[in-house]
Amino acid sequence: MFKKRIPLVSGKSESIFAVKSGKPFISRFQLTRRQRGTIFSQFVKLITITEAVLKDIEKSIVERKDIQGLFDALKKRGYQISGPTLRDNAVIYDQISSIDELPIGWTDTQEKGNYRLTKGNKSSLFGYVVGPYSWKRFLYPPERKLMEVKREGTGFAVVKEEEAITKQAFVGVRPCELSAIAIQDKVLMEGPYADASYKRNRTNAFIVAVNCLRPGGTCFCSSMKTGPAATKGFDLAVTEMIEPKRHYFLVEVGSKEGSDVLKDVPNTAAGTEEIQTADKAIQKAAGKMGRSLDMKGIKELLDDGFDDGQWAAVAKRCLTCGNCTMVCPTCFCINVEDTTGLTGQQAQRFRKQDSCFTVEFSYIHGGSIRTSEMSRYRQWMMHKLAYWQDQFGLSGCVGCGRCITWCPVGIDITEEAGHYRKKG
Amino acid sequence: MENLEQILTKHPFLAGMDAKYIKLLVSCASNVTFNDGDYLCREGKPADSFFIIRHGRISIETFIPQGGSAVIQSIEEGNILGWSWLVPPYRWHFDARAIGLTRAIALDGKCLREKCAEDHDLGYEIMKRFALIIAERLESTRLQLLDFYGNSSKK
Amino acid sequence: MATAQKSNKPVEASDIEQMAVRPFVIRQITKDTYDTFSLELEPQHGGGAFEFGPGQFNMLYAYGVGEVPISISGDPTKPKTLIHTTREVGVVTKALRRLKIGATLGVRGPFGNSWPVEKAFGSDVLIVSGGIGLAPLRPAIYYILANRAKYGKVVLLYGARTPEDILYPNYLEKLRSRFDLETYLTVDRATGSWQGNVGVVTTLIARAPVDPTNCISLVCGPEIMMRFTLPELRKKGIEDDKVYLSMERNMKCGIGLCGHCQLGGSFVCKDGPVYNFVDVKEVFTRREM
Repeated sequence: MFKKRIPLVSGKSESIFAVKSGKPFISRFQLTRRQRGTIFSQFVKLITITEAVLKDIEKSIVERKDIQGLFDALKKRGYQISGPTLRDNAVIYDQISSIDELPIGWTDTQEKGNYRLTKGNKSSLFGYVVGPYSWKRFLYPPERKLMEVKREGTGFAVVKEEEAITKQAFVGVRPCELSAIAIQDKVLMEGPYADASYKRNRTNAFIVAVNCLRPGGTCFCSSMKTGPAATKGFDLAVTEMIEPKRHYFLVEVGSKEGSDVLKDVPNTAAGTEEIQTADKAIQKAAGKMGRSLDMKGIKELLDDGFDDGQWAAVAKRCLTCGNCTMVCPTCFCINVEDTTGLTGQQAQRFRKQDSCFTVEFSYIHGGSIRTSEMSRYRQWMMHKLAYWQDQFGLSGCVGCGRCITWCPVGIDITEEAGHYRKKG
Repeated sequence: MENLEQILTKHPFLAGMDAKYIKLLVSCASNVTFNDGDYLCREGKPADSFFIIRHGRISIETFIPQGGSAVIQSIEEGNILGWSWLVPPYRWHFDARAIGLTRAIALDGKCLREKCAEDHDLGYEIMKRFALIIAERLESTRLQLLDFYGNSSKK
Repeated sequence: MATAQKSNKPVEASDIEQMAVRPFVIRQITKDTYDTFSLELEPQHGGGAFEFGPGQFNMLYAYGVGEVPISISGDPTKPKTLIHTTREVGVVTKALRRLKIGATLGVRGPFGNSWPVEKAFGSDVLIVSGGIGLAPLRPAIYYILANRAKYGKVVLLYGARTPEDILYPNYLEKLRSRFDLETYLTVDRATGSWQGNVGVVTTLIARAPVDPTNCISLVCGPEIMMRFTLPELRKKGIEDDKVYLSMERNMKCGIGLCGHCQLGGSFVCKDGPVYNFVDVKEVFTRREM
């Protein structure tokens, strides 16, 4: 007899091993340590397989003909839907209300300093990857009024204003973007002061993620461990499967709200084969990344390389246009602007998107701290890969590749990081 | 009451100097006192001495036509005044005036110059120390030129 | 941190309130030097004391013009009186300068951390200040003198450009006449009838009568002045981790969200403005950081 029963799975051992006599099977025997160990590991395997099976049961299939139902279900619940759509020869995010507004049949070719829309599989709804916009334009809009002040006698008073809350649904959020949103959650909500408007937008947002089956030319989410599969932070995650005779979507539920919405969309339970096919396709994508960025020890490598000549070399090319900061889904810097009306009876304060690439960004009386282009590029890159870790405990880069694509001179953050790794 | 030898041996400026050289310096040294406003030296005059300030403060000045005397730097107690005796043409470059009652040890630079020429080891010890003094004065002066508070200020 | 409490929990308030100002009225204006002035403020709608820690700052808003971070320069042990000292250097400070007694300006804060005045209990304190750097240090001096028995020797070194630029001359006179504090002044350039020391403030450090093995140093002034102060403190034998500085960067929000005040891996508005020298060493050896 055991002197002390080992709880193999809390609360479950009795039900699995109990036999008619009511006594747990295992306690009838005197077991050696090794035997106990073997039984334990077999049990753990069984639990793991069970969990996986249970998880798979949460995956559903929505046929192509029924996918508009997702939009309808969201609209019914009062969500304003934003998703990818075509404009100005790019895939951008804007308000859409139907499947037809998605860039159907389009894909993109991206390289440093280069973005082109090209024709892809003509039925695909999500055959492209990320464009110049990111979801921060909805969660943390580039311009927002912060304060209204009106003159009162010899002084002034702040006017209290109510703000309507919009329920937003984002359709087509890529796994790297889920990570970016999580990063901005940390930056904007977990400091000593939280941005309440971001929090409001965030709490009222419904996210439909889309797994990537074809990495973009500048993508490196694998290195950054942010994709190509969505693992958390979504209400629903969708994988578009296009087969010769069938076009369907494998849908994973990530939250209660997601489950509720899915109930309104015609769906069936996914079979193991469908699940495995999708998994394989995602795995394949993981291996096809055009770029990589080894994050190991990058903080120290960049710190040691603070005075490296490479910064000056990059600066010769960098226009300090700030495109990278505008397209980057984690860049959060803002400016605060105070203005008055013409009569001076009213004054406003606005929050506006800002970029560390401007000279004014670091201005204090007497002059700016970072006047040279070199110092500003270095600030951006070191913040993204190194300082961010000191500030928030994780990297600021999610490997979406936008900064590489949209840099007019094609500066590549993975190349630059690689330089310091070689040196280090 | 300390004697000159004890004072010089303990002074940080002469730290590490051989006892025999200290004795030599003592033989060239004497206690001096200046009243408020007295000049220790005048610009252009032969520089044949230097001073270790023991108490009080010295103002290094120069005369500005139509402007009177302009104070360039202060030398406080514990510090050394005078490197002109070491450097040709051995003439004082500035005025030095006592602010308040000032007591110092005056050392005979002329005598020391000759001794340094004879004994190069002594010369090296003296030059080493004065190079440091001159460097400190130069850095101080440069910082004054930088005008710290001119273009920058705290909030 | 001294008297100021800074919670690490996200503030559950609408951001309209965080970035919205509280109206304060000017009770008193003092002209400190030809370009530096102090404003004594009180809340427009009453509310009494403004608690703050020595070293903290407020964002001061000039109606319709803008906001700037300004150190609180008053006595933290007497929070009923809120004083800020600033130099007129730009559009906002110019607008603040033009305000008369009774005018309203906006206040947000207090933000930032404080001088380690409690950590310094039992030590000597060497305060090295230059130019308007004396303003953010004055609250620390008030605090130290209000708790004088808890410290060893307290020495204040202050440097200004010319005698006319000396900040708080009356306050410094009062300090000089105290027996429990040693005050040494110097100017970079003598004018008029100045009989005092002439030379940069760093030259006063070597002879400051503190015990370097048991001394905390508080340093505040233009960054270049601090840069030349640090090697002198080292030479004196004061360990790097006993030296504290007040750093300054561009600030737009004061609450760690706008990103402007970043200094390497920290934000001056919430991780500073008071830093231990060890944590900002690189700033003084690197350029354009």
